[in-house]
Amino acid sequence: MVDTSVSLCGMELTNPVIPASGTYGFGYEFADLYDINILGSIALKGTTAAPRYGNPTPRIAECPDGLLNAVGLQNPGADAVLSHELPELAKCYSKPVLANVSGFSVSEYTECAEKLSAHPMVGAIELNISCPNVHGGGMSFGTDPRAAAEVTGAVKRVSAKPVIVKLTPNVTDIREIARACEAAGADGLCLINTLLGMRLDLRRRKPILANTTGGLSGPAVFPVAVRAVYQVYEAVRIPLIGVGGVSSAEDVIEMMLAGATAVEVGAANMVEPFACRDIINSLPETMEKYRVERLRDIIGGAHE
Amino acid sequence: MKQRIFTTLGVEKIAKNTYDIRLSGDTQGIDRPGQFVNIALEGLYLRRPISVCDVEGENLRLIFKAVGRGTEKLAAAAPGTKFDVLTGLGNGYDLSLAGDSPVLIGGGAGLPPMYLLARELIALGKKVTVIAGFNSADEIFLTDDLAALGARVIVCTADGSVGTRGFVTNALEALSGTYTHVYTCGPEPMLKAVWRTCDTDGQFSFEERMGCGFGACMGCTCETITGHKRICREGPVLRKGEIKW
Repeated sequence: MVDTSVSLCGMELTNPVIPASGTYGFGYEFADLYDINILGSIALKGTTAAPRYGNPTPRIAECPDGLLNAVGLQNPGADAVLSHELPELAKCYSKPVLANVSGFSVSEYTECAEKLSAHPMVGAIELNISCPNVHGGGMSFGTDPRAAAEVTGAVKRVSAKPVIVKLTPNVTDIREIARACEAAGADGLCLINTLLGMRLDLRRRKPILANTTGGLSGPAVFPVAVRAVYQVYEAVRIPLIGVGGVSSAEDVIEMMLAGATAVEVGAANMVEPFACRDIINSLPETMEKYRVERLRDIIGGAHE
Repeated sequence: MKQRIFTTLGVEKIAKNTYDIRLSGDTQGIDRPGQFVNIALEGLYLRRPISVCDVEGENLRLIFKAVGRGTEKLAAAAPGTKFDVLTGLGNGYDLSLAGDSPVLIGGGAGLPPMYLLARELIALGKKVTVIAGFNSADEIFLTDDLAALGARVIVCTADGSVGTRGFVTNALEALSGTYTHVYTCGPEPMLKAVWRTCDTDGQFSFEERMGCGFGACMGCTCETITGHKRICREGPVLRKGEIKW
């Protein structure tokens, strides 16, 4: 009998598989498809202090082995998440969740994080300083070590729960940002958010996305994510969540060997609604195949 | 929503760039006309959403235009080819609002869902009129099948090569006062023109680039009078009164 459990920032997860923010809504709609309590945790849809419609459509463009999205943080706002989304999720899910928090100013981040972190279902804040699809916020905090440290420190001061900072790969050296967040008090890091990309419509000779650019996700970015996790694992001492193109139990093991304590599954949920269930179900046999008895023992196993 | 494997029975080219594919599989997830299926195609990352033309027992009929790599691949499917399909997506049309004599308006690739809708409305004893709009004679399809169901079919072509010359709204104006509800699907400019022209309530089916097709990614959200709606989940069919142009 293999052991898939891991411990992440004080949360005991029965397995490391977590649907990634923005690909799973607030979770409860997937409960019609399978018992979502099998998940290690859920990273909720990115939430801002005030409700947001997001960007105009088209928001989606296909790519080889992936897609661009430019949703732009559509969400009902922190108050509605507390009054509606979390109670709905509580009807079908009983484990701690990651509340993904975004904003356009430090005060917006802290307002949203303070509110959400107080909810009993929230096990940790996932601080999104890496959304490439909004202007004047999001990724602009995640590309500058000083700004990343400032927002991390401010959110740490108001959050009742551990703070996991989600980083962007659209930087020269992700280790520099990772170290700045760790020094500012981050309890963990989540990497990577999407890569900035663009596609053109040949008939119209214009960008497909109304936002012009979008974030690339899917299997195409998996090697970039593995590289980032591997590099950051050597640069910091706090736990990492690996995310980017994970589509199979093998990918989970690869990400953990690179240094991830838990693994998020993103784009795969959009093309295969049962992706997380199937990955979790195939973890034990895949562990046996690679002679892994306790999944937690392989975290960072590629570094010797 | 259900995820099922479907087997291709055959594909036929029925008009310019327009293909009719017959599939066999478990169709129980489909419970209303106007819903769509989302088909996984080898080598393409995203599934392709296609509206349901007809469903009867294990048989699923889809009619689509080959406009890109996905639909071209589907058009080339040999008999026996298997597809992973998500079925029963979207809200579909509400038949209870039809009244005695509904008019169904389909423009080009928006015409296929009108077939199952017409069949079910006729089975309920409704007097169904279908206005089918095309650019030219070589694009016309499905109109004989609709007539065979017992619907009154009015064909419009933009170039006047067949039927009424002009747009579907010209035909709709001529029917003013004689219909009880409008059901429509087609390109957005056509939907907007129908919305302005129709003198009853109606249901309008929209198209948008989708990520997942089942409500997870917020890729296809639109703004309505009654709030944000995901075209794939709360849509694709919107009521006349909630549409914001």
